[in-house]
Amino acid sequence: MENDIVQMKNITKIFGSYKANDNISLKLKKGEILALLGENGAGKSTLMGMLSGLLKPTSGEIIINGKPAKMENPREAKALGIGMVHQHFMLIPAFSVLENIILGDEPLKAGRIDYKKAAKDIEFLAGKYHLEIDLNAKVSDITVGMQQRVEIMKALYRKANVFIFDEPTAALTPQEISQLMKITHALSEEGKSIIFITHKLKEIKEVADRCVVIRMGKVIDSVRVAETKEAALAEMMVGHKVNFAIDKKEVNQEKDIFKIEKLSVEAHGQLKIKNLDLTVHSGEIVGVAGVDGNGQSELIEAVTGLRKCKTGTIMLNGKKIQHQSARKIAEAGISCIPEDRQNVGLILPLTISENLVLKSYYKKPISNKGFLNYKKINEDGRRMIKQFDIRSQSEKELVGDLSGGNQQKVVVAREISAQPDLLIAANPTRGVDIGAIEYIHEKIMEQRNAGHGVLLVSFELEEILKLSDRVVVMHEGQIVGEIDPRDTSSEELGMLMAGKQQAEEMGEIS
Amino acid sequence: MLHSRSLKGLAVPLISIAAGFIIGAILMLMFGYDPIQNYQNLFIGSLGDIYSLGETLRNMTPLILTALGFAVSSKAGFFNIGGPGQYLMGWFGAIVFALNFPNLPTVLLIIGSLVCGALLGGIWSLIAGFLRAYFGTSEVITTIMLNYIALYFINFAVKNWLASKGSDSSPNIVKKASLNTEFLQKLTNNSTFNWGFFIALITVFVIWIYFNKTRSGFEVRSVGLNEVASLYAGVNVKRTIVVAMLVSGLLAGLGGAIDGLGNFQNISVSNNLPSVGFNGMAVALLAAENPIGIIFAALLFSALQIGGLSISVYSNTPSEIVDIVIASIIFFVGIKYVFEAALAKNWRKKQRKTPDGGMDK
Repeated sequence: MENDIVQMKNITKIFGSYKANDNISLKLKKGEILALLGENGAGKSTLMGMLSGLLKPTSGEIIINGKPAKMENPREAKALGIGMVHQHFMLIPAFSVLENIILGDEPLKAGRIDYKKAAKDIEFLAGKYHLEIDLNAKVSDITVGMQQRVEIMKALYRKANVFIFDEPTAALTPQEISQLMKITHALSEEGKSIIFITHKLKEIKEVADRCVVIRMGKVIDSVRVAETKEAALAEMMVGHKVNFAIDKKEVNQEKDIFKIEKLSVEAHGQLKIKNLDLTVHSGEIVGVAGVDGNGQSELIEAVTGLRKCKTGTIMLNGKKIQHQSARKIAEAGISCIPEDRQNVGLILPLTISENLVLKSYYKKPISNKGFLNYKKINEDGRRMIKQFDIRSQSEKELVGDLSGGNQQKVVVAREISAQPDLLIAANPTRGVDIGAIEYIHEKIMEQRNAGHGVLLVSFELEEILKLSDRVVVMHEGQIVGEIDPRDTSSEELGMLMAGKQQAEEMGEIS
Repeated sequence: MLHSRSLKGLAVPLISIAAGFIIGAILMLMFGYDPIQNYQNLFIGSLGDIYSLGETLRNMTPLILTALGFAVSSKAGFFNIGGPGQYLMGWFGAIVFALNFPNLPTVLLIIGSLVCGALLGGIWSLIAGFLRAYFGTSEVITTIMLNYIALYFINFAVKNWLASKGSDSSPNIVKKASLNTEFLQKLTNNSTFNWGFFIALITVFVIWIYFNKTRSGFEVRSVGLNEVASLYAGVNVKRTIVVAMLVSGLLAGLGGAIDGLGNFQNISVSNNLPSVGFNGMAVALLAAENPIGIIFAALLFSALQIGGLSISVYSNTPSEIVDIVIASIIFFVGIKYVFEAALAKNWRKKQRKTPDGGMDK
């Protein structure tokens, strides 16, 4: 018991009458890497919120270094050596890396900030833990991966012994992820303890010693990672068997359904798509991989008619569709599951059935001489809720009251039931739970198996490699490579994503 | 679920109204007036007899329409402050039509005047809608400006074109153009109650249908709730904005036209923007932009205004106390988020207790 650095005993947290955490106990040893696995809403963040002083437990006890700790705010938690690396970084973009790290804990010399001493201390720590950071760079100019290292350094600089990483890999490229894994191991070798919050099983296998699975506010099990299979972990997390295999049928892929030629698109005065060619065949899922901000959003906007094309042609079934309205393009046979379902895909304060007709309300039989047939709208709504397994109380429930996964099912239901020739799916499973991910993947695959085209734009490489028949890599508005997902690893794909030049640099470093 | 939502929607305005009356009572006590007596006088003076009731209903008629107008633009996501200008243009249009075609058959004359007024109001608001949709000009600024353009244009027009020399108002319209008929006067003990009230009620119903049953109404709601999602779903957002602003102005214009034909019978030079245009906004806010709610909110505001007059008749309490009550109600509606937060706490507790309510949250 001596080396238990953190002990959480019988922690219960109740919001109103809702039990977010129900009698959870957890131990963390010195130097241990503990994965905290659970679906969205399982109670992971609540639990860590209490450990980092943001929340107070309703009942139960937190013991740090053998002493009961009653933390009133995050500052006290920090003083006890708890360092939190948030999913959304809490950095000031206009400040330099150095300024961000010392903010709130500035070393003083004669009343003035002693930048030299700070820089020296930080550089020492950086060397010890393989944290590559450029102290003089402005935070707004550095990559997401470096921002995360700055967050880690912030905690290290405050002499944290326990690091909480909240979904740390969500926004990283594969190279950055492997770098993070190295850092994590280095921290643990120096005797620091790490809690790694995630729902990605592969990462747990790679990094963690032990894994605590939480479901619906309760600890389901605590297992040694080395002795547990991924499938078993998934089953514990979801509560039922998870089907990882996906039914990929042989289909005729000869016909060109969708063709982009020499497309250029401007956004905010900058050329975001440069001379891009892309083809999607019948019965094919084309994955578009790439780091966020390399023109994916502009590509989708141009194809769906929300953004003007500067030059080039976009053809669906041999007919030009560029320069047409969004509605005309949708009618021509393109559906789109947009990246941002809450702001683009759905109108949250409208009901489920209203959202389901958002793209067809103006047509017969729903609209008749300017009047909407609400009876039909609600009937259709009920049918689609059943068909697409949207968990809700009624078709008149507001979409904003649904969980993320069910909201996404509403979008998927609407877009697929339009029977499109081309389905565009942009990060279709971002932020949804495993059950819904499985379901959405199945639906996308059904589109393909029925001989339609699918353009899958995603930052989740696993998803792209799993579903796609062909993967193209987008970098700075161009397609820089095409790979066969059957014989490519996510590491190789990551190299392409980072762009050729950067990839070479990385090769030199590692 | 739905039932509890509408109940919750009702709670905020009711609490606000109660709070407004309580503030009024506290102030009266502080200054030595009798709140119970005064509220009693207020009630009797507004709803207590058939004459007062007639006055209250007449007074609420334009309020309903300017409130509906504000609600329509607001549902589309716009803050149309142009109610006063649109109301004025409507009033002006109706009077001009009635003065120019006095020989038309009664029905045509009245319909023509109302349509002419509504259209002028609609065009006035359409200008702001058009600028907003195609040039991104803030409708707040343009509608405020258009208010003053309407005011001074009408003053100019009345003085130079309609009024006889030396006069500040137009001649009266012919009797048959008036919405105020002998039948209704007899019925309400010679109040100014007129047919306009029924036109307003029908309009409320039409607008309710518009929002809840028509394609255009659905588009207006969608654009107002989420412009980006509407654009993505293929809605012609620019056209929807223009349509919403047009409908909004038509309604305020109709309010002005009805007041012109039913209440004033002429149009005069005025120094200020008509307060009914602004009060309509308050009514719409109190009703949370619900068409049916607007009827009740307008009734309340109108009753306070009409009843307020009799407060100072039967006691030496200044009738301005009513303005304080009205202002307090609006204030409390404005800070409804405080109530909503407090109510939400209770509500969540109750919801979690229902067997199927908790899981997916």
